[in-house]
Amino acid sequence: MHIPDGFIDARTSLAGAAVAAGLVGVSVKQAARTLDDRQIPLAGLTAAYIFALQMLNFPVVSGTSGHLLGGCMAAVLVGPWVGSLCMAVVFMIQALVFADGGLSALGLNIIVMGYVTCFVGYGIFLLLRSILPPSRRGVTVSAAVAAWCGVIGSALVFVLYYAIGGTGGASVRTVMSAMVGVHALVGIGEALLTGVTVGAVLTARPDLVYGARDLTPDLELRVPATVGSL
Amino acid sequence: MARRRAIGAFVGIGLLVATMLAFFVSPFASSQPDGLERVSIDAGFDKTAKAHALADGPLADYAVRGVDQERLSTGLSGIVGVVLCFALGAGVFVAIRAVRSRQAPPPAPFSG
Repeated sequence: MHIPDGFIDARTSLAGAAVAAGLVGVSVKQAARTLDDRQIPLAGLTAAYIFALQMLNFPVVSGTSGHLLGGCMAAVLVGPWVGSLCMAVVFMIQALVFADGGLSALGLNIIVMGYVTCFVGYGIFLLLRSILPPSRRGVTVSAAVAAWCGVIGSALVFVLYYAIGGTGGASVRTVMSAMVGVHALVGIGEALLTGVTVGAVLTARPDLVYGARDLTPDLELRVPATVGSL
Repeated sequence: MARRRAIGAFVGIGLLVATMLAFFVSPFASSQPDGLERVSIDAGFDKTAKAHALADGPLADYAVRGVDQERLSTGLSGIVGVVLCFALGAGVFVAIRAVRSRQAPPPAPFSG
């Protein structure tokens, strides 16, 4: 759902660029606080993998396709701050190298496909994790359902853009029902891809899943038995 | 600090998976309009889209200029994208680490 130049007026796009720049600044600051060396290749891998998956448009209904957005997946794998930066990297490369997503709309795209899926997705993920059992399956299911919600959030934020600065004169109500309707289906693909990916990484290297840090024993604080006897 | 397993093999396999998806699977992706394009057509605002300023770029629209075989062209552009995203994604964090260590040098490693 890369927004091309022209759908949203210049003023709103400019405002979007300013907001996106601010959000990226916050992500950099937050990521810097907790950055550890092994996040560097993992961040690169996350961006590369999401780029590849975004190329894979799958059919949703006749005459319409959808592709992964991926923010929720990124947030669960590497955390929302690092993940949102990975997403911004993907959209920059798509806009600047592959002419996918308008240049004036880059800020809007970073917000709507990156930050919204990342943070709406991660918020719902945390909520579901607090309800579901603390197991790998609980993490996988939470990530998949949260990913679907993130796509719906993304569709709604596009509608917000359109309400503020949309061109072409379509009614906001029409755009809203159409966006939510089609993205409810696109979100199923998002949920499946997120669930499969998070599940696979949890099987191979559970210690590398940010959203499942509580499940990995090497992060437990263990008090040696001898301490108690002193 | 807890003993931590190396991540080289994980990152290598992950990149291999991304590259294979980008090269072998992306040429078979649906070329139908995506969700937003479909909505813009149905709601009648698709005509407001402007041509991309970089539409003449060498990799525009996920095709390598000069490679006429369509699937190969898409697949190759996918590999370039995977490599660029890995490099820039990792590069951003290398830069963040460099800036941080200049602002606040890390404490001397614990020797015990």
